[in-house]
Amino acid sequence: MAKITASVYTSHVPAIGAAIDTGKTTDPYWVPLFKGYEPSKSWMEASKPDVIFLVYNDHATAFSLEMIPTFAIGCAAEFKPADEGYGPRPVPTVIGHPELASHIAQSVIQDDFDLTIVNKMDVDHGLTVPLNLLCGSPDAWPCPVIPFAVNVVQYPVPSGQRCFNLGKAIRKAIESYDEPLKVQIWGTGGMSHQLQGPRAGLINREWDNAWLDKLIADPAAAAAVPHIEYVREAGSEGIELVMWLIARGAMDDVAGGPAPTVAHRFYHVPASNTGVGHLILENKQ
Amino acid sequence: MALDKPYKDVPGTTIFDAEQSRKGYHLNQFCMSLMKADNRARFKADERAYLDEWAMTEDQKLAVLARDLNRCIALGGNIYFLAKIGATDGKSFQQMAGSMTGLSEEQYRDMMIKGGRSAEGNRYIGEDGDAQAHHQPQGGKKD
Repeated sequence: MAKITASVYTSHVPAIGAAIDTGKTTDPYWVPLFKGYEPSKSWMEASKPDVIFLVYNDHATAFSLEMIPTFAIGCAAEFKPADEGYGPRPVPTVIGHPELASHIAQSVIQDDFDLTIVNKMDVDHGLTVPLNLLCGSPDAWPCPVIPFAVNVVQYPVPSGQRCFNLGKAIRKAIESYDEPLKVQIWGTGGMSHQLQGPRAGLINREWDNAWLDKLIADPAAAAAVPHIEYVREAGSEGIELVMWLIARGAMDDVAGGPAPTVAHRFYHVPASNTGVGHLILENKQ
Repeated sequence: MALDKPYKDVPGTTIFDAEQSRKGYHLNQFCMSLMKADNRARFKADERAYLDEWAMTEDQKLAVLARDLNRCIALGGNIYFLAKIGATDGKSFQQMAGSMTGLSEEQYRDMMIKGGRSAEGNRYIGEDGDAQAHHQPQGGKKD
């Protein structure tokens, strides 16, 4: 049977992608950020999964206001890097895993989560920047990826509790898949940032780190945090953190297993407008 | 029954909810059209003529022409859509975000390098933080 081996959490700031694409990773501004992901790249080399289930959000790229799915699962064979207005990022095409994705869709929908099934979609920086941070800039990504897009652009976005419960259902779905695949689940976006209005630029280092502590040790408490607390404390775009709860809800301890091991933790301010958080949690073998 | 909108008392912040989205539908879809290079070229050649192809309000068109992002947001714009105008103008996301704060580009960048804007005094309308309307040159929205 398939098994979730680990969960990875990271911000997905577009400026990080731009720094990679324009060769600025050794600029003094960016050095501390990329240094924080060096251990993650080594970890990824040593713990290569068969499939990555990658939770992210689309930033008015594949989904305009014509259609706004709350949860969308990518079931296609491949996903092209999107042109977000500056030309497509020079990164490999993302290869999907249609069989596992369809299996998850069927299982999770039968568990009362009404996913939108997407068979054609381009993927933006929300998905490709995390892949760069963990895998570098290879000619091909190291394994297939199932994109899972969450609406965090138009309010109301799904609650933290809803996301956490969805993670539990995704775990159940993956663990009922017959092939013995090692699957990682990634939650991306956040941490504190606000990109709009006179309050733009808000960062809350203390709140971010307290939230990380909670996500590790008491995820049910992190899931209970209401939307308004994210907006007030972590900025209007800090609400993206609900996506991390999908990944966290899929870990062993939430289903009664042992607590995960913290393989890596990193926090840095700023990347452009954003507080960058990163965490790797491993299930016990 | 009134909907629960507890986010109306956060200073300098407009939550893009279903109501804002309805008001801003054509404005945001105009922005979306700038994802195509041909449309960017046509927009740049004659901004007013291009805007007139869209069922936007006159206020929305004027706000776009003035690149007044705070005004665009008040009229239903969403920052991820408005960012397409910035991309067309060759601006970074940081330049766009900074333009809404009453700070110069350098001042905003310095604020971010020093750890960003503090939440202190900026959680509720009526406190005394730097994002409050009485500390902003452009004033600020109040609901």
